[in-house]
Amino acid sequence: MLTRLASPLMSNGWMIEVANLTKRYAGHTAVSDISFTVGRGEIVGLLGPNGAGKSTTMRILSGLMPATSGTVRVAGFDVFRDSREVRRRIGFMPENNPLHTDMRVREYLRFRARLKGLGGKRLKERVNTVMEQCGLTDVSRRIIGQLSKGYRQRVGLADALVHEPELIILDEPTIGLDPHQIRSVRQLIKNLGRSHTVLISTHILPEVEMTCNRMVIMYQGKILAADTPENLQQLMSSNSQVIAEIAAPESDLYECWTQIAEIERFDVAAVDGQYYRCALTPRNGLDLRPYIYALAKERGWYIRELTRSRHSLEDIYVQVTRPDEEEEGEEFTA
Amino acid sequence: MQAYLTLTRRELGGFFFSITGYIIIAAAAFLIGLSFVVILQALGNKPYPVPVTELFYVTHFFWLILLLAIPVITMRLFALEKYSGTFETLMTTPVTELQVVAAKFTAALVFYVVMWLPLLGCMWILTRYTTGGALDAGVIGTTFLGILLLGSLFLSLGCFASALTRNQVTAAMISLALSVGVFMLSFLGARVPDADWKSQVLALVALPDHMSDFVRGTLDTRPAVFCLSLTFFFLFLTLRVIESRRWK
Repeated sequence: MLTRLASPLMSNGWMIEVANLTKRYAGHTAVSDISFTVGRGEIVGLLGPNGAGKSTTMRILSGLMPATSGTVRVAGFDVFRDSREVRRRIGFMPENNPLHTDMRVREYLRFRARLKGLGGKRLKERVNTVMEQCGLTDVSRRIIGQLSKGYRQRVGLADALVHEPELIILDEPTIGLDPHQIRSVRQLIKNLGRSHTVLISTHILPEVEMTCNRMVIMYQGKILAADTPENLQQLMSSNSQVIAEIAAPESDLYECWTQIAEIERFDVAAVDGQYYRCALTPRNGLDLRPYIYALAKERGWYIRELTRSRHSLEDIYVQVTRPDEEEEGEEFTA
Repeated sequence: MQAYLTLTRRELGGFFFSITGYIIIAAAAFLIGLSFVVILQALGNKPYPVPVTELFYVTHFFWLILLLAIPVITMRLFALEKYSGTFETLMTTPVTELQVVAAKFTAALVFYVVMWLPLLGCMWILTRYTTGGALDAGVIGTTFLGILLLGSLFLSLGCFASALTRNQVTAAMISLALSVGVFMLSFLGARVPDADWKSQVLALVALPDHMSDFVRGTLDTRPAVFCLSLTFFFLFLTLRVIESRRWK
């Protein structure tokens, strides 16, 4: 948090500066006039559905492809003109994490470290360190082609870290991992943020919430929103629904929900037996749960579920991409 | 320099980690051995007034090995890495395109030389079990120099072909077409009148003629310069193809 506050004060202290970046392929625009900055020490998540332009942005950042227009600077170096300087400072793990499957883990990491200019004692040290960091010590002599997806992902991660880059770019680092591995990778990314700047891309919202200081939402090649996860969550949950499954006479429920002024919309549906599923939308970001509990207690209703729906990424897209569109459904307006 | 050596070692490793490398060497060794047997039989019937190295060369196995093995050696260089995506991870490290092209070419050249080593074995057998000095070191030297020069020319064609595509088979076909094309140009020379300027140009391209000079122990700088300059030309083209991803 401190770095976030400090970085704007240092006018050229940005790790990544993207200004008016556009990338056009024959026929379609992958990234359209985006600008954003990332300060040193930040962990920033690029969030978006497939085809939003996340990977294209990352590939331009790491100098793999040129931009059609706009400028991209990493640590003050132009990614196109000072490509080598930029590549020295970046650890990049591409989306499908391609590896030399015929090499052994340690051998591969040593090979990559040498390409990145490490040598001698430092090379040995760094390879050992990243293997430990990524939990690869047990498989150091295994052939990469025979490793499971999770281990391969970790090899890719270890490769991105091995030369202690200032900026680490990870394209979908947790894709295809099991929940345990996802957890450990997230923890690793979080720890990295202490000494590195990290840019990750994902389409999983909790991932960004858990690991990032800031998120940038991309959709159809444009940036829709960029803020801290907390702020965006708050923005989103301001009118988040409360779901309650209550055993009560249907007419009572209709009556109650209509009377409560804080409820903007509601929907009641029979579930099974005497239970009704009520979806309640608050008027001004209020958390309706205490009200409902108090009401049920007062009236002697049985509640078997009372949850506040967390907004998924999908909802955010719907909200951010189509702000004017009327919501569908058969909700009643109070 | 460190990146170049590391990459060269990795490429060489790639040849020997996979079975393809051994298959290529085995096939070449088989063809070399076969030509050796053919020569021995011919020599058993009647004496020849030419060096044994030239006999190796006139059996046609030589061109077969050269034209067929090289596309197989070079096809994987860029195409495989582009296909598997490791070329991208390679280009995110601070290596230069020149280092990559040079390393891949060097590795292919080293492998190619290793592939020809059985010929040296055959020659050793000849000198060991015959009397009267059937071979001298100079002739063997120029023969291998010729093999190296022609090889580097065709290897550079193969590098170029491999850089053009992501598909190894396509790369091999392009490389084969290019090498056979260059090889066939040599025979056009005989079809134009001697005094014509065209025939003089074609004489420069006449690879079999150059090679027959080498196997006789003649060291001519013209074919050497020709092979080397074409090699560099095609390596330069390869470099441009690799660099082109930065303008696309």
